[in-house]
Amino acid sequence: MDFSDINFSLLIASLIVAATPILLAALGELITEKSGVLNLGVEGMMIFGAISGFIVTIETKNPWLGFLCSCVGGMLLASIFAVVTQIFRANQVASGLALTLFGLGLSALLGQSYTGIKPVAFPDMHIPILADIPIIGIILFQHDFIVYFSIFAVIFVYFLFRNSHFGLIIKAIGENHDSAHALGYKVILIRFFTILIGGAFAGLGGGYLSLVRVPQWTEGMTAGAGWIALALVVFASWQPFRLLIGAYIFGGITLLQLNLQALGLEINVALLSMSPYLVTIGVLVFMSARRNKNSLEAPRSLGKTFFGL
Amino acid sequence: MPNKNIILKIEGISKEYPTVKANDYVSLDLEYGKIQALLGENGAGKSTLVKIVYGLVKPDHGKMYLNGVEYRPKGPQDARSKGVGMVFQHFSLFDALTVFENIALGLDKNLKKNELKKRILDVSKEYGLSISLDKIVGNLSAGERQRIEIIRCLLLNPKIMIMDEPTSVLTPGEVSDLFSVLKKLSNAGMSILYISHKLEEIRTLCTKATIMRRGQVVKKCDPQNISTSKIAEEMVGTSFSSPKKSKFKKGKECLKINNLSFKPLDPFGIPIRNLNLKIHHGEILGIGGVAGNGQEEFLSLLSGELKPTNGSLLFDGIDITKFNVVERRNKGLLTAPEERLGHAAVPVMTLTENCLITAEHRMNLSKKGFIDYESSKKLSDEIIKKLDVRTSGSDALARSLSGGNLQKFVIGRELIQNPKIFIVNQPTWGVDAAAASSIRQQILDLAKDGAAVIVISQDLDELLEISDVFCALVGGQLSSPENTSELNPSKLGMLISNSKE
Amino acid sequence: MLKIEPRKNHSNFLEVSAPVIAVFLTMIFGGFLFLSMGKNPFEAIKLIFWDPIMSPTFSEYSRPQLVIKAAPLILIALGLSFGFRANIWNIGAEGQYIMGALISGSIGLALYPLDSMVIFPLMILGGIIGGVLWAMIPAILKIRFNTNEILVSLMLVYVAEQILALASVGFLRNPEGLGFPGSRDLSKYPSAANPELIANSGIHMGVIFSIIAVIVLTYFLIYHRLGFQIKLLGQAPKASKFSGVNSNYIIIFCLGLSGGLAGVAGMFELTGPAGLINIDFNVGYGFTAIIVAFLGRLHPIGILFAGLLMSLTYVGGELAQFMLNIPAAAIQVFQGMLLFFLLSTDLLVSYKISLNLSNLKTKKLKPFKK
Repeated sequence: MDFSDINFSLLIASLIVAATPILLAALGELITEKSGVLNLGVEGMMIFGAISGFIVTIETKNPWLGFLCSCVGGMLLASIFAVVTQIFRANQVASGLALTLFGLGLSALLGQSYTGIKPVAFPDMHIPILADIPIIGIILFQHDFIVYFSIFAVIFVYFLFRNSHFGLIIKAIGENHDSAHALGYKVILIRFFTILIGGAFAGLGGGYLSLVRVPQWTEGMTAGAGWIALALVVFASWQPFRLLIGAYIFGGITLLQLNLQALGLEINVALLSMSPYLVTIGVLVFMSARRNKNSLEAPRSLGKTFFGL
Repeated sequence: MPNKNIILKIEGISKEYPTVKANDYVSLDLEYGKIQALLGENGAGKSTLVKIVYGLVKPDHGKMYLNGVEYRPKGPQDARSKGVGMVFQHFSLFDALTVFENIALGLDKNLKKNELKKRILDVSKEYGLSISLDKIVGNLSAGERQRIEIIRCLLLNPKIMIMDEPTSVLTPGEVSDLFSVLKKLSNAGMSILYISHKLEEIRTLCTKATIMRRGQVVKKCDPQNISTSKIAEEMVGTSFSSPKKSKFKKGKECLKINNLSFKPLDPFGIPIRNLNLKIHHGEILGIGGVAGNGQEEFLSLLSGELKPTNGSLLFDGIDITKFNVVERRNKGLLTAPEERLGHAAVPVMTLTENCLITAEHRMNLSKKGFIDYESSKKLSDEIIKKLDVRTSGSDALARSLSGGNLQKFVIGRELIQNPKIFIVNQPTWGVDAAAASSIRQQILDLAKDGAAVIVISQDLDELLEISDVFCALVGGQLSSPENTSELNPSKLGMLISNSKE
Repeated sequence: MLKIEPRKNHSNFLEVSAPVIAVFLTMIFGGFLFLSMGKNPFEAIKLIFWDPIMSPTFSEYSRPQLVIKAAPLILIALGLSFGFRANIWNIGAEGQYIMGALISGSIGLALYPLDSMVIFPLMILGGIIGGVLWAMIPAILKIRFNTNEILVSLMLVYVAEQILALASVGFLRNPEGLGFPGSRDLSKYPSAANPELIANSGIHMGVIFSIIAVIVLTYFLIYHRLGFQIKLLGQAPKASKFSGVNSNYIIIFCLGLSGGLAGVAGMFELTGPAGLINIDFNVGYGFTAIIVAFLGRLHPIGILFAGLLMSLTYVGGELAQFMLNIPAAAIQVFQGMLLFFLLSTDLLVSYKISLNLSNLKTKKLKPFKK
């Protein structure tokens, strides 16, 4: 019952690990939302990615292949959403909910015989020299590939929307799909693409959860992480670096909560377990209260169905 | 056969939509370095035709030739690469992006930032189109937005430029600037297809005109050698009586607006600043001005949809500032907003249901909260009959009506409730001439019966025709009222040109 | 090229037949799912959709179960449908269901073993209040701060689950339960119990309540001003403001209605079929009800049938699990599929889809071989 039991550089390093699944999922959703599509199925894509990656890793003993397949799994589910919302023009909110319900069911079905198994460990990549720096080395440079990848992905997405022509087109479609269509951009095609990318990231996030973060398979193991990722996008005001910060803060809260539980403090376990969700609500309220002053941040066509001119 | 002077030849283009034949065997020739007018009423099929030329719409039949070679654009990008550019009336700029980003989006090649900047500045200097690249487009005036569109189009070095109703959102000063640019371009060899329904500007600008009506070409002529009334006749087809205005009898004061101000939450909204106004029974007040100067906000402040940040409203001596929409309506203040589908009416509801939107309380269409659909249907039938709305009946969905007929219904819904004051925004926008004339007559009749009417419109001719008093709404501010009888078009132009920059 | 154009008027025929088409498509794709699991698809479909009602062996057990499972689904979906029509997305009915059960359960347990006629009505009231209060959190946050109700209502499900866990092992635990989690069995406490009213019919007070709710809400949706205003707000928010609809009032009403109905569903479940408060009290009715609401095309009468159908997939699913060893998760997949097909067929109702062959010809595509 002593805080000094916790090693702080290790704590921060594991905070980064704890945050990575949500960070990846949220980053994918950010790209999707930038193009004006609201996919509420993140939770479903995540958990399906988790089981896809897990099964492949168990069967092939190759976590790399596992991560690849968790991406593919997420994309597979996202493609259903893309077809339903972009070709059949169904309501995005309802379709996203359907995707979550479907993903939860499908993953439970596939994962039946995989509970309680441990996957092959995914090795950390100690970056030469840098990893030996005291404190900072432990915090930043002794992680696995996916953690580095997630950080590079944030930087990549930042530059995608800041400097690239393609990023500009995605932004334009998200701002006003009618104008983009009038200029000859393929609204549906590009949205299809961003939805798939969103799915790949969500799947990868899920895979990281089942292969590294936990690492094993339990039914419903995402436990709302996909929804929290959605909230995180709002928190970050659709900006990649804010997303990174938000995810790490959130990872910190989750971890602190778990550590406090482990320490067996006189705080009730149930109260601690609900804290991430309460914090999310608090963050949402804070952001939306602020947003009234500056509503420029959300893509203006977000969630609206494009019917063509 | 190929005429060397003709750059674009359109032959027998047809396009049919489920409800209407938009283009019926349309043919048209565009010559090198000429400004060719495409004239017609709303719904005549002009927009469909240019969308076909720009590759946005695929024709059902017919062919096009560009420089004698068959031209079949796969899409706007293809059209642009072949030298066809277009300046849109609506829907092609992105409010939240910067001027530079907007221009970059209209180009198909991915140029280096600095190179593109330099080219933009070159073009803007050459044609006197001044813009600043880092501004957010949502904050710009209509004239500035159009300059962006033109520059974006010119950067592609088009041989043909299509302009769809370019002056409808401009002040007179901006219009003459635009015309000098267009003349410069045509002198430099560019061919321009100029779409309009305004006869005067066609006469000053074009030497050839093609007139369309109900999807067909009805006449080709030289607008310089034909009278305006003759062109108008060709556009409209049948003749109809123009509205008759009776002598204006000023009654007692109806609505007094004191220091009305409003600060919008939307970053691109228009603030309303210290409006003061008096209107009397029997009076028609015309409020002119180009789009985006606070017209919608003004109407919503009067209807009660928006709450003012400051100021008060006195209606027949009662302070109604704190009244909500329903309370104001019950007092006899009725309104008809500009946007028909989605604001004044719900597209996927029947006319009977649409009747309920504003008439439920005033016409007793409900009892103790329960709706009486029988009475609502009766009222809807009555409106259809009174205003001669062409529809299959009260059970038709609002979206199945044509623009003109839905507008008649929406205005009729308010008129049948005997308003004490009626405020309408753009009563005849997008409406064919016959329907427009009948709507104007209804408004005149309403005032004759003693109601006060505020007509907000961008059509200055309309305001001159029906209003007794005129104000200009510019940048959310109202000019002092003038008697319409003492005004002429150039004075009007000055009043509405006092534009925000 | 597919051409999609708005219909001039809604097709009433398709309005009714779209869900039927969706159900058939789900059966076909579900059949493939079962086939891929090595099960006989025809047998599985028959077990799920036919045997619970018609089989002499199973129907005696299944028919009452059908009614028991349909009641909460219908109650919750009814409430949700009003909000969905107005674009107010309460997806946290599961949480409101839990809170309704917790509050009513607390009342019942606090009065144990008192014998009184007022206890049961008091608990119904408690169920409603619990659900409404839980739903008021997203409602008020939405009105006051424009916070997204989807995320807030969902987060509150997880919070409610934690409170449920807290209650089952803590303040509501049965003092005579030898330390096991879970409360006293309320179905064995006469003043609080919600027993079967007709033997072997499955009909309990909650079933009666949901039938009444269907009738009242149908009338309300069609004829009451609020029903009209809800449709107005959903279809054209600007027009609803122009009409004078107070959207805050609608938000409160819709979330309150769905919360209250979910809460009372939780109460009937607790005092009847479930009996006691325990960690695994909630079984996902709040989420399945979302599918029910859409399957019923957001109309009370449609929801009545949809609730029965969805209940059939549960009961039949159990049967399939028992007979063919098809896991319960497969039924969840099945339900998710149904929702997708449903949303996709929606397009048929308001849009006309035609295959434009002339366009293909101009592209000079080779004709498909048949």
